[in-house]
Amino acid sequence: MLKPEILDPQGQAVQRALPRLGFDGIADVRQGKRFELEVEGPVDDAALARIHEMAETFLANTVIEDFTVKVES
Amino acid sequence: MTARIGVVTFPGTLDDQDALRAARLAGAEPVSLWHRDKDLKQVDAVVLAGGFSYGDYLRAGAISRFSPVMESIIEQAKAGMPVLGICNGFQVLTEAHLLPGAMLRNNHLHFICRDQKLRVENAETAWTADYEQGQEISVPLKNMDGRYVADERTLDELEAEGRVAFRYLDMNPNGSLRDIAGVTNAAGNVVGLMPHPEHAVEPLIGTGGTDGLGFFTSILKKLVNA
Repeated sequence: MLKPEILDPQGQAVQRALPRLGFDGIADVRQGKRFELEVEGPVDDAALARIHEMAETFLANTVIEDFTVKVES
Repeated sequence: MTARIGVVTFPGTLDDQDALRAARLAGAEPVSLWHRDKDLKQVDAVVLAGGFSYGDYLRAGAISRFSPVMESIIEQAKAGMPVLGICNGFQVLTEAHLLPGAMLRNNHLHFICRDQKLRVENAETAWTADYEQGQEISVPLKNMDGRYVADERTLDELEAEGRVAFRYLDMNPNGSLRDIAGVTNAAGNVVGLMPHPEHAVEPLIGTGGTDGLGFFTSILKKLVNA
């Protein structure tokens, strides 16, 4: 997700379209990205640490974006 | 012997031929560099040209930043080799953390293409020495992700150290913070800007002026006098 202080014109464009479509009451929209990674082998602490590093160096630009890593099975 | 200016071609680079031509018109020896080669072919300076490297997937410049040629360029840039990033090249330089900040989608969400007036705010970098401090130039601008952002502290630092190299005049075409069109690193050898000086080097095309040629003559003078 873009950091809260970063202007998100894509989210704003979506938010402005909502009332036109009849969806009222949405004060703000922020648009983000989601990556689904399928891991070979067990998702242990070591694998999670590698994924965290991958997110920090490559998948996200931490100058402008926050990220979280979630495990789903 | 004249200086050798390398221009990198990534998959999706569009303006490499214009940059090579600009280097040649300035009197340098243009050298094509391929993104998959680590070898910089003993060039004296490198230009990262405009385009949409790797389709701008993930983020503009994010994938090319990890190409083999960039490994060598990052190492050499830190050692003082002059590097100019134009448009997509500027995006690559911020992703590589050779320049501070980041580039985001234009605030109006449209691709924009126009002749853009700029003020040269720092005429002491390797790529701007042939301009006067405060000189106003006009070069083409064309981009989708041209909104320069950085946190307040970084912006204040850049202003205080004279590292805002170019500012937009008359209009801010993409919502860049503090009208910033280009920045330099502390040493002044790495410069990035969104507009395209390589498209304004001949009277026949581009803006019809040659305001962009100064980038290439600047670096040539610096290298020949070095």
